[in-house]
Amino acid sequence: MFNIIAAESEVNILRLPLDELIIGALAFGIVFFALAKFAFPAISKTLEERADAIEGGLARAENSQAEAAAMLEQYRAQLADARTEAANIRAEAQAEKTVMIENARGEAASAAAIVTERAQAQIEAEQAQAMTTLRRDVSELALALAGKVVGESLTDDARARASVDRFIADLESEAAKK
Amino acid sequence: MSVVKFSGDTSCPVTPHLNSGCGFPAPNAEIFFLEPYTTLNIGGMEFVIGKASILIALVAIIVATFFLAASRPRKMVPGKLQSLGEQAYLFVRDQIAREVIGKDGDRFVPFLGSLFFFVWISNLMGVIPLAQFPIMSSLAFPVSLTLMVYITYMYLGMKNQGPLKFFTGAMFPPGVPKAMYVLLAPLELLQLVVTRPVTQAIRLFANMFAGHLLLTTFTVGAYYLLSPSIIGVLGSATSFGVTVVLTGFEMFIQGLQAFIFTLLTAVYIGGSLHAEH
Repeated sequence: MFNIIAAESEVNILRLPLDELIIGALAFGIVFFALAKFAFPAISKTLEERADAIEGGLARAENSQAEAAAMLEQYRAQLADARTEAANIRAEAQAEKTVMIENARGEAASAAAIVTERAQAQIEAEQAQAMTTLRRDVSELALALAGKVVGESLTDDARARASVDRFIADLESEAAKK
Repeated sequence: MSVVKFSGDTSCPVTPHLNSGCGFPAPNAEIFFLEPYTTLNIGGMEFVIGKASILIALVAIIVATFFLAASRPRKMVPGKLQSLGEQAYLFVRDQIAREVIGKDGDRFVPFLGSLFFFVWISNLMGVIPLAQFPIMSSLAFPVSLTLMVYITYMYLGMKNQGPLKFFTGAMFPPGVPKAMYVLLAPLELLQLVVTRPVTQAIRLFANMFAGHLLLTTFTVGAYYLLSPSIIGVLGSATSFGVTVVLTGFEMFIQGLQAFIFTLLTAVYIGGSLHAEH
């Protein structure tokens, strides 16, 4: 009833017209030329370069990380060294200071002792001299006074001198008694 | 029921409606032979310029332009177009060339890539509005591609394995009882020389031909059945729905056939490079 298959159709679906074969090959040739000559080498190169860049970047990052870690380690070691050194210097300085103070103290003490000793000796010498001078002056004074009282010079008289000395000795002993 | 006239009846329009009393104009092979626009005479040869030849030129321009544009700026950080081009390239390289041929498959990526995208976009023309003609449903186009593939792997085989060794290697596969060679040798030779190229071309052609025929049938049916009645609307809507579903299915087939065509090419090239496994 219905016209299902075009049995009377005159077309041959398996025909191979030469012009279509050529056009097909040409069209494909254009695509192949464009892709093989220009597009695909460029894309391939880009992909390679990108892979390189990524791998290189990773390697570089790794390197710098290792470098940073090494540097940190170095800094830490240096810091520790510096700390021990500082502690050593401080301890040394402390010891030096103690020694210096001790030395200074010793020197000052000995210097003071020397000064005191010298002063003492001088005082004693002066005292002795003063005593001698005083003794002679007093005896001369007493003789002069006694001479005036007696009316004659007793100055050169040995006995007079001896009595004066006795008198002074008496005075001294009295003073000592008191 | 009134007398149903054949659609071949001269009194029926080209696309008749059910109400016209004409039979369902089932699409036949004639829908693949469109009136040519013009013919060109180049060097004494007649070139028929019809829908198919215009479309195939368009496909060549589209594919070439796309890949040239995608490869041109060569940025380390790709844009959308470059990224798409790279993915297309990687698909052919990793899924077809390296997967099938192996390490030395990289140098066939341009050939395989050209084949895949050329065939795929040609097939896609079957569902793209206004184009709506699968180029590969004209047998000459698959045949011209297959011829190039055939020449390629024949040349590679004879060059890599020696002119004679290439054929004998295929005819006498190892690990088969000697008596079997009586049967196997001629079959293998036939397979290598005739069956491979013929089936490769026919497979692509027939798939595109059948798919287009099927789509046309349901498209015409949607118009033919449409009438202001419940049955008319339901019938037409069903036919239209089937057309939509089939269009999606057809797009899948188009990609699949392009992939199979390219995959087979890779298998044949691989077989030519390395002696029979």
